Amino acid sequence: MAAEIYLNVAVSGLLTGLVYGLMAVGLSVIFGVVRVVNFAHGEMMTVAMYLAIVLFNSLGLDPLVMAVPLAGVLFVLGYVMQAGLINPFITRPEYSQFMLLIAVAIIVVNVLLIAFGPDARSVQTSYAFDSFLVGPLIIDATKVYAGAATLVITAALFAFFQFAPLGKAIRACADNYTGALIVGLNVKHLYALTFGIGAACVGAAGSMLVLLVDVTPSLGPASTLLAFIIVITGGLGSMAGAVLGGLLIGFTEAMAGLFFTPSAKSMFSFGLLVLVLLFRPQGILGKRVS
Amino acid sequence: MTSRLLDGISHRGVALLAVLLAVLLAAPWIANDYLLTVLIIVLYSAYTGQAWNVMMGFAGQLSLGHAIYVGLGAYAAAALYVHFGIAPWLGLAAAIAVAVACGAIIGFLAFRFGVGGVYFAILTIAFAEFARIGFDHFQWVGASSGFFLPVANYTRNDLWNLRGDPTMFYYVMLALTVAAFALCHVLLKSRIGYYWQAIREDEVAARSLGIDTFRYKMYAAVLSAGMTAVAGVFFAFYYNNLFPEQVFHISRSIELILGPIIGGIGTLFGPLIGAFLLTGLSEAMQELLSALGFDAPGAKQVFYGLCLLVVVMALPGGVWPWLAGKLRVTRRDP
Repeated sequence: MAAEIYLNVAVSGLLTGLVYGLMAVGLSVIFGVVRVVNFAHGEMMTVAMYLAIVLFNSLGLDPLVMAVPLAGVLFVLGYVMQAGLINPFITRPEYSQFMLLIAVAIIVVNVLLIAFGPDARSVQTSYAFDSFLVGPLIIDATKVYAGAATLVITAALFAFFQFAPLGKAIRACADNYTGALIVGLNVKHLYALTFGIGAACVGAAGSMLVLLVDVTPSLGPASTLLAFIIVITGGLGSMAGAVLGGLLIGFTEAMAGLFFTPSAKSMFSFGLLVLVLLFRPQGILGKRVS
Repeated sequence: MTSRLLDGISHRGVALLAVLLAVLLAAPWIANDYLLTVLIIVLYSAYTGQAWNVMMGFAGQLSLGHAIYVGLGAYAAAALYVHFGIAPWLGLAAAIAVAVACGAIIGFLAFRFGVGGVYFAILTIAFAEFARIGFDHFQWVGASSGFFLPVANYTRNDLWNLRGDPTMFYYVMLALTVAAFALCHVLLKSRIGYYWQAIREDEVAARSLGIDTFRYKMYAAVLSAGMTAVAGVFFAFYYNNLFPEQVFHISRSIELILGPIIGGIGTLFGPLIGAFLLTGLSEAMQELLSALGFDAPGAKQVFYGLCLLVVVMALPGGVWPWLAGKLRVTRRDP
């Protein structure tokens, strides 16, 4: 009996972790290419979450299906943000970029607060209480769908960066900024595309996460921190690392919630982060950059 | 000593500084209670901003978790006062010791293991969040339901126990701010200050010149932590209540560093100017919105964010370098 509880919680944590991983992939892609840490990452995700809720409540559109169009909306938002706001800050010091994105984050959080109020919101789908029985395990159907969608999206993104000419061009910018300029790549446009892709990841992740957690405006900053933890644990700039980090954090938090108290669960994530930073600062799958 | 304090400031600058100090000293006689409260917040931000500036502005180590030192200082002094009746000026020593130890641990781990830049910033956030959640479950100091200092109507100001009216707190904060200002000025003009600036500009070059960069970064981390803890003690005795969710929250760390960045990072006047601007802006926004009858929660923060955006985009070096040029007060660089 007891072992089954642990197994159930572990699987549930891992599936939630996958969706966290997709959010973190967005952060990782942006940092890997543009070299800007997106301090408004979680806030962008809450924008997608509220959009998903509005679409569900007013038009009855399923958040799982809406993940794709919402990714598109966030892509445009991300593109505009990079092209309009962040590109001039590329050569400025880190703290300056940080301030810019903090200002964006403050605006987003509070606009959401004005628009939707401080109360927690969620959606109730027809399949919210469905589950699959796999041997002794009872697995939440919603989490399975969301986890599977995450794997598909991440695989597609990986293929894009590996094989598509545009993906290769973006990687070229990441590898060598000056070199990319010399061979005639439009680096600013590619940066904006990259930020758009990163934003699309949180758009899709947010749309699916609506099914798993309640949304409040203050979820934004908390998610930004969560994305940092995941990405650094997995390796900043590595997509596979972000997914792995997501799994690890999802698992850790689920287990900490079970063994200790749910309110203390993030303490273990932060503890894990500190350990990773000290003993493997490049992250589990990251490459060491001097 | 006096000559060293005034070294590098033009006569015009000294005159302006004297006027500013005189105005601040006279403020309690002129200002009403509301304005005095605002001024206390301004000085508090200026002081904490200056403390953070030592680490980031002088030595170039970006800490985004300074709330941890405020919180540790506040809780240490408050716990000693509430549980053992130890006066805050003695508790201050414990507060500084705790914060310095914490700063030394973070600094040692980060600098010894070569954690720098963005990673260092996120490490500091991680420690602060760790402390926040830890204190949320720390029953001895009230855990998440808060820790309260006894409040009563005081017939007279008890400076030794830091119990009294806002005017007393105002002068305490003013003294702290002036002291921090003077200390930073002297430090910047001394060997250690030049070492810090060398590390900030190019750490590898600094090390190749024979500067023990590890040691000087540690000095900056420890000094900054200790100075910030003093503000924490003030915070505890001024507000009389401490909640981990508020004291250690990352938004406190961010508020703390906005002032010096807006004012001009690495400059002496930056934290002061930034504190005046941001607190003034925030209060003015509040007044304006209530005058317009528009009291949606968050409206103030949206405008605040927009103003921040504009300043960050238009004045990348901060307000002070630009203002100093206008006032013609800097003879050499700030």
